[in-house]
Amino acid sequence: MDFSAFFTPGTEIFLIWTSIAKTIGLLFLAVLPLVSLAVFAERKVSAFIQDRVGPNRVGAPTSLLGFDKDLRLAGLGQMIADPIKLVLKENFIPNSVNKFYYFIAPKLAMIPPVLVLAVLPFGSSLFGVDMVIANVNIGVLWVFAVSSLGVYGIVLAGWASNSKYPFLGGIRSSSQMISYELSLGLSVIPVFLVCGTLNLGDIVKWQVQNGWLIAPFWPQGFDLGRAFSDPKMIWDSIVAGFSFQRLLLAVPMLISFFIFLVAMFAETNRAPFDLPEAEQELVGGYHTEYSAMGFALFFLGEYAAMIAGSGVIVTLFLGGWSLPMVPDGSAGWFWGLVNIATFFAKVCALLFVFIWVRWTVPRFRYDQLMRLGWIWFFEIALANIFLTAVILAFIKR
Amino acid sequence: MSLILFWIFAGLMLLFGLGVVLMRNPVSSAMCLVVSFVGLASLFFTLDAFFIGIIQILVYAGAVMVLFLFIIMLLDLKAAPARKLNVMAWTGSGLVLVGFVALMMQVVLGNPALHAAMPALTADYDDVQQIGLALFTNFNFPFQIVGVLLLVATVGVVVLSRKELK
Amino acid sequence: MALVVNRPKLSLAEKFYLPALFGGMVLTIRHFFLTLTGRKKTTMQYPDEKWDAHLPEWYRGAPTLVTDEWGRERCVSCQLCEFICPPRAITITPEEIPAADKWAKVEKRPKEFEIDMVRCIYCGLCEEVCPEQAIFLRKDYSITGYSRAEMVHNKQKLYELGGLKTGVVNKWNEKK
Ligand code: SF4
Ligand code: SF4
Repeated sequence: MDFSAFFTPGTEIFLIWTSIAKTIGLLFLAVLPLVSLAVFAERKVSAFIQDRVGPNRVGAPTSLLGFDKDLRLAGLGQMIADPIKLVLKENFIPNSVNKFYYFIAPKLAMIPPVLVLAVLPFGSSLFGVDMVIANVNIGVLWVFAVSSLGVYGIVLAGWASNSKYPFLGGIRSSSQMISYELSLGLSVIPVFLVCGTLNLGDIVKWQVQNGWLIAPFWPQGFDLGRAFSDPKMIWDSIVAGFSFQRLLLAVPMLISFFIFLVAMFAETNRAPFDLPEAEQELVGGYHTEYSAMGFALFFLGEYAAMIAGSGVIVTLFLGGWSLPMVPDGSAGWFWGLVNIATFFAKVCALLFVFIWVRWTVPRFRYDQLMRLGWIWFFEIALANIFLTAVILAFIKR
Repeated sequence: MSLILFWIFAGLMLLFGLGVVLMRNPVSSAMCLVVSFVGLASLFFTLDAFFIGIIQILVYAGAVMVLFLFIIMLLDLKAAPARKLNVMAWTGSGLVLVGFVALMMQVVLGNPALHAAMPALTADYDDVQQIGLALFTNFNFPFQIVGVLLLVATVGVVVLSRKELK
Repeated sequence: MALVVNRPKLSLAEKFYLPALFGGMVLTIRHFFLTLTGRKKTTMQYPDEKWDAHLPEWYRGAPTLVTDEWGRERCVSCQLCEFICPPRAITITPEEIPAADKWAKVEKRPKEFEIDMVRCIYCGLCEEVCPEQAIFLRKDYSITGYSRAEMVHNKQKLYELGGLKTGVVNKWNEKK
């Protein structure tokens, strides 16, 4: 049998196996560890913010191997211990639930965030293979469409549990997600106006050339190779980077970024918008009646949604996998790996912001939430579109 | 490949479409409709019409059906009781169905233009751009009218719902 | 007097919410870094670090029985503690001291003296009521066991914990 087709870019079989490899790699090498890490970071960061210590004991059980002390590793073992605990727990099913929907709801909550990852360019290219699973021309719309399906898991969980607190949580979350989807969608339209494409990969490429979207200035014509021989070039590039257009454009972009970020908090049901699972009033919200694996899937879904959301924000506003002065994957596999690492480093930084905000900002009241979404963000996002259009018309002229 | 996909998604769509009608539980019906919409969107995807497919999911499955589900849950509708077989209704609807299918077959089989192979898409074909161009050039006027209509409807809804508050 | 709480007049910045938000973010991140770099330390790593040396004189730990300077048990099995104990943690089985004994004139002694530490609420009433100054609350606080039976301190264990106490002890410490 001839295997050469396997390694020839462009053939169907090559496309299929690389796609599968990318999917598996992304899910099991990046996202699942990241979820685990995010849960651990959540506990650790919240502890530090509250002057506590956090989990710091579970490490490598070296005493099982005959050493007289366990390695603590600053509690990193908790990353593995937590999921194991959830898997081993008893899966208790209340008597009065609607079994079918009760079972299917956690899966429905977990699938959308994973699907969002399909269109995220998480790296430039590695050995000539683009580091994006599906390079479609409607990337951003795919993100919105799929994440709008995420609400079903929560609503069905609330309904199927046949109990009042989950039900209230489900109702809250559906109205919240519908409300914030609008601002989420409207706030990225300026991005499309500026970049002129819906394709996430092209948006990143635009940012590689013209600088990150939220940056008010960007050095033009900087070349690392000449930095030492020609120091004046650095100064020139910085001067060239300052332009009136750039500054003007940064204004609507920053507004977009802010609205998108806040709407993303609401979409992923994170504090300060975690009304669907407000512990103090709704016990656990929609997952009150879930235990063990069902709960774990909701948990996984929430954190996967956070990761996917961070990925989208990074791709749209923070330059995706690009770093200034770092070449892309066409310069060799090493730089391809660096690009992937850059992307996930940025995602991690945003995850930290998610956690940081959660442990700082108190929860909004329900009417405040609706007010904020419909009266403030919706209108500001609309006005922002006009602002961007006017600025673009001014610049292009 | 895409023929297999076509049959899978078409079958899925029809199956869950039937589910919408046959399910006794309103929530199940609504969920069947969602799956059916997703199947339809997938059909659009196999035709490289990504934009229409995604809008199908975004608008119908993601927004409209969530509201439906919301209402069904709020009204707390119970599963409909099973009814007795009504022979007249079944024969009547059967006749209509046969007539409809026959008509469709005639249209589809009778039109030779539908059998010609479609020209393959060029690689840089961008359906988003095509739709945008069509909407904002050829169909700009109707598009604007629809926009105004929707705006009026929105304002009307807001006014109506505010009146109730007083 | 009726106290009127005025509604605060919010300034524009306060209404805008964002300054307060960023103020809060700065505050939390400062705590984060202070704790991360170990400059702020509030948690005691309990089983490894203990506060024992700082326990006050009047600390009420586990109740124990004590012996006097001749090694004789002080308890005369009057059962006052048993009856005053609010959760009824104490069970005493009194016994007659045989006439041949040097201390026969004391008449009674506890044959068995059990304190159920699952029940004890460390109230100190037993110590307060004891006419013979035989029962004292010591500083042991982490009383643990794998079963309920293990949590019942018998006479031997109580003396082990209590040890020797000489002289008349002024137990009417106002804080105890
Ligand atoms: S300390 Fe209180 S509860 Fe404990 S044994 Fe003495 S009287 Fe009973
Ligand atoms: S009150 Fe004192 S003397 Fe009386 S039984 Fe209790 S410990 Fe013994």
